[in-house]
Amino acid sequence: MTESVAKVAAPGTVVGTQFEELPDAPPKRKLKFTPVGKVAISIVCFWLVIVVIGPWISPYHEADLIADDSFTPSGEYCSEWEEGMCSFHVLGTDYLGRDVLSRIIYGARTTIGVSFAATVLAYIIGVIFGIAAAVGGSKLDMGLSRVNDAFISIPHIMMGLVIIAAVGSTIPILIVTAGCIYATTVFRISRALALDVMVSDFVESARARGEGLWWIIRREILPNIAMPLATDFGLRLVFIILFISSLSFLGLGVQPPDSDWGSMVKENLQGLVYGSLSPIAPAIAIATLTISINLIVDDVSAHAGGRLAKRML
Amino acid sequence: MALLEVDDLHIEARSEQGEVLPIVKGVSFEVQRGEVMALIGESGSGKTTIALSSLGYTKPGLEFAGGEVRLDGRDVITMPSLERRDMRGRKVAYLAQSAAATFNPALTIGEQVTESAVLHGILNQEEANRRAEELYRTLELPDPDRLGRRYPHQVSGGQLQRLMAAMALCGKPDLLVLDEPTTALDVTTQIEVLKAFKRVIKEEGSAAIYVTHDLSVVAQIADHIVVLYAGEVQEMGTADDVISRPTHDYTRRLMAAVRPPPAAGQGDAASEEHLRDSPALETRKVNAGYGRKLDGSVAMKVLFDIDVSIERGQVVGVIGESGCGKSTLARVMAGLTPAFAGDVLLDGSRLAASVPERERDELRKVQFVFQMADTALNPKQRIDEIIGRPIEFYLGLKGEAKRKRVLDLLDMVELPYEFAGRYPEELSGGQKQRVNLARALAADPEVLLCDEVTSALDTIVGANVIQLLRSLKDRTGVSFVFISHDLSTVASFADEIVVLYAGRVVEKGPVDEVLSPPFHPYTRLLISSVPELRVGWMEEMLATSTAQAGIDRVVQITEVGCPYYDRCPLAVPGTCNEHTAPERRIAERHFIECHREIEELVRFSHN
Repeated sequence: MTESVAKVAAPGTVVGTQFEELPDAPPKRKLKFTPVGKVAISIVCFWLVIVVIGPWISPYHEADLIADDSFTPSGEYCSEWEEGMCSFHVLGTDYLGRDVLSRIIYGARTTIGVSFAATVLAYIIGVIFGIAAAVGGSKLDMGLSRVNDAFISIPHIMMGLVIIAAVGSTIPILIVTAGCIYATTVFRISRALALDVMVSDFVESARARGEGLWWIIRREILPNIAMPLATDFGLRLVFIILFISSLSFLGLGVQPPDSDWGSMVKENLQGLVYGSLSPIAPAIAIATLTISINLIVDDVSAHAGGRLAKRML
Repeated sequence: MALLEVDDLHIEARSEQGEVLPIVKGVSFEVQRGEVMALIGESGSGKTTIALSSLGYTKPGLEFAGGEVRLDGRDVITMPSLERRDMRGRKVAYLAQSAAATFNPALTIGEQVTESAVLHGILNQEEANRRAEELYRTLELPDPDRLGRRYPHQVSGGQLQRLMAAMALCGKPDLLVLDEPTTALDVTTQIEVLKAFKRVIKEEGSAAIYVTHDLSVVAQIADHIVVLYAGEVQEMGTADDVISRPTHDYTRRLMAAVRPPPAAGQGDAASEEHLRDSPALETRKVNAGYGRKLDGSVAMKVLFDIDVSIERGQVVGVIGESGCGKSTLARVMAGLTPAFAGDVLLDGSRLAASVPERERDELRKVQFVFQMADTALNPKQRIDEIIGRPIEFYLGLKGEAKRKRVLDLLDMVELPYEFAGRYPEELSGGQKQRVNLARALAADPEVLLCDEVTSALDTIVGANVIQLLRSLKDRTGVSFVFISHDLSTVASFADEIVVLYAGRVVEKGPVDEVLSPPFHPYTRLLISSVPELRVGWMEEMLATSTAQAGIDRVVQITEVGCPYYDRCPLAVPGTCNEHTAPERRIAERHFIECHREIEELVRFSHN
C-alpha cells in the first residue's frame, strides 16, 4: 500500500504530471459598475466638486438679498424701483429674494458636510462598541446590546427633536446628535459582522497560536468586515442626510442665514403656489444625491454577495 | 431506446473578460431504464455539471455549447422552459450532497418529502403521504407512521440522507440524480445509506446517475461506470469490467488512490529508541465537555478519563465515528477547550488547561491543523502573511530572514514560490490544505494535531497530502496526532491507533496489533465497514453479526456502563450496561476496554 501511494503521489513522476491536481478556485471577480451605477457615480462626484469649489463658482453669496421681490421665476430680473438694477437667476429667487442656485451651491457644503461628519462619528462610536460586544464575551455583549436596543426603539426623529429642543441648535450639536442616534444601527451591523468572523476557523487558529485580542481584531476581523461596513457607510450617509434635512425642514436643523437643502424646502413652501422653483430645486438636489449613493451601494453589495444585502435590511 | 442519451455534450464557462473556458468537452453516454450509472472523477472533472445537464440545468456562469441531452427521446436543453419545469421532479429528481443543507428546519419532514409530488399534481396530499410512508418503510427508516410529522433536527444525519431519497422518489421519477450522497458520512453511516439507496432503486425500478469520486462506493451500487477527467470521458463500461480490468491510466491511478481495507502490517515498524524519553505529549485522566450548568458543573460531558500518550516522532491515529469526541480531544490538547479534570503533559511537564494560561513557547510546540482549509485561512491575507505570522510571533524573525523561512516552508509542502503572493481563494482545495500545514510547521512544533485534514479532499488529492505528511514526519521528526473517521487512511500513516467511542478509549495500541485479532467489537465494526473495491462486498458485510448489531445506530454518550452496549453483538445484559468495562492488557502497549475475556474476543474476531 505504502508503495502504491508513493508511486501515484510523488510529484514529478510520469503519472503524477499527466494528471495534475485540478484547480477549483473561482476566477477573481473585479468590482464592475452597471451603466446606472456609473451615472450615479458621476452625480455624486458632481456634488463633491460643488462642495469643494462652491463659493468660487456661485454667482452670488448665499445670504445676499438681491431681488426686491420674492419668488421671481428663473431668468433675468429687473428691479421695479431702480432703473438698470438687473440680475440673472437661473433658478429664480426665494421668499427673501435670494438667488436659489447660489443657496443650493452653498447648501451642498452644509448638508453634505454635516451629514458626512455625523456619519463618521456614528461609525467611530458604533464600530468600537460593536466589535467590543462581539469579542468581549457574553456579559459585555448582553449589556451593550440591551442598552442599544433601548435606544434603537426610540424613533430617530423624535429623539433628535427632543435633544435639539433641549440643548439648542448649532452645527456641532447637530453632528453629535445625528452621530449618536445613528451609532445604534452601526453598532448592530458591526457586531453581527464581527460575530460571524469571530467564530471562523481562522480566528480560532489565531487564538490557538496565542495571539492577543487586539491583533485578532486588527488583522483578522477588521479586514473581513471592512467591505460590508464601507457599503453600509453609504446607506447610513443617505439616512443621515434625510435626517438632517427633516430636522431642518421642521426648523430645528441648520439655522438661517446658513443655507441647507432641507431648510430651503421648508422656507420656500409657499412658493409652490406661485410655481416657483425654489422649493423644488433643493428637493431634487437631495433626491439626486441620496438615490445616487444608494445605487452605488447596490452595485458594491451585488459584488460583495447577497449575504451582505440581506444583513443591511 | 435508452432513458437518457447524452450526445456529444459541450458545456462552457464564460469569464467576465469574455474568455471561454470549456468545462465539458464532448461527452456521450447512455443510461438504460432501471440501471445505475456512476460518473466518477475528481473535483473539477465536470461530473456534477454533466449530471445536472440531465435536468436541463447548468450552474450560473455556465452555458450549453453543443450536443444534446435526450430524456425519453426529447432534448432537455432546447425544451421550452415551462415544459422543462414540468419534467423536473416528474421525470428527473436531483439529490444533493448535504441533506442538512437541503432540508428546511422550519417545516416537517412529511411536508418536504411530499411537496414536489403534490406541486406537480402527480399525487394529491393524501396519496403522497401514503407514498411517503411506503418509501420510509423501503428505506428502513424508524417509525414510518409518524416520521412525517417530525422535524429534520429530530433524526440522525444518515436518516436525513435517506429521507432526501424519499423526497426525490416521492413523485416516482424515471431518473434519479445522486450527487455525492455519502461523501461527507463516516463509514458506518455510509453503509447504512448505501444499503437503503440500493434497495429503493431496485424496488422502484428507476434509473440513477450516481456522482462520486469514490470507486469503492461505486463498486457496491453501480451497473455501469463512466470515468471522467477534465471534462472528457476516459473510460466507460460495466462496473465489473472497469473495476477488475481497468484499461486507462487515469482509472488505474484512481484505483491506486483508493485506500485498501486496513490490515495488519501496513504501519511503519515502531522504533524502540523513543521509549527512553518521556512522551512528547500525554493526557492523563482527561475529562472534558461543553457548556456549564448553573451549579458550575459541565452540562454535556464528551470525554471520560482519556489516557493517551504520543511518543516522540510517532504518529498516533485517533479514530471513531462522528460524535465520539475525536476533535474535542485535539482541542483539549491544544488548549482550545480546557479540560475540567485531568492533565495534559508536554515533555513530561504539566500544561495549563487553556491557551491564555500557557507560555508562548509551550503553544509553539503544539500546533493545531484545522479540518477545513477553506475556512481556516483568512481570505484577506496573502499566503506569505499567513505563513509568516507564526514565524514572527514565535521565532521573532523579521524581514529577509522571515521571507526566506516562508519560501523554505513552501518548498517543504511542495508549493511553488509564486504562491507567496497569492490569496487563499486562488488556490485549489489540496493546495490550501498544504498552506494550512505550512502555517503549523512554521512554528517549528514538536506535536502537530491534524483534525480530519484529508476528509474534505478527493481520494487522489488526499493521498498526496498523506504522502506529504509522511515525508514531513521523516524530515522534521515531528510527532502527529492524526484524527480521522477513515480507518484506512489512519492505518496507512499511523504508528499507534486510539479507538474512541462515545468519549472513551475502547482500544489502543500499535497499528499492527489493533488491526489484528483480538479486536474490540467496535474496532471490528469500523474495520469491516470500510468499503472494499469489489462488486458484492456490501451484501457480504451486511450479513455479519457485527453489521447487524452495529450499523444504523447513533453514538450515544452514557455515564454508566459500556457506551457500546446497545450496538455490541457480544453485549452481556446486566453487566455491560451497568458497570464500566475493565481495561485488559493484551500486549505491552495494547489495551482493550471490554467486559469479555480476551479468549472470547479472539474467538469472536475470527468469526
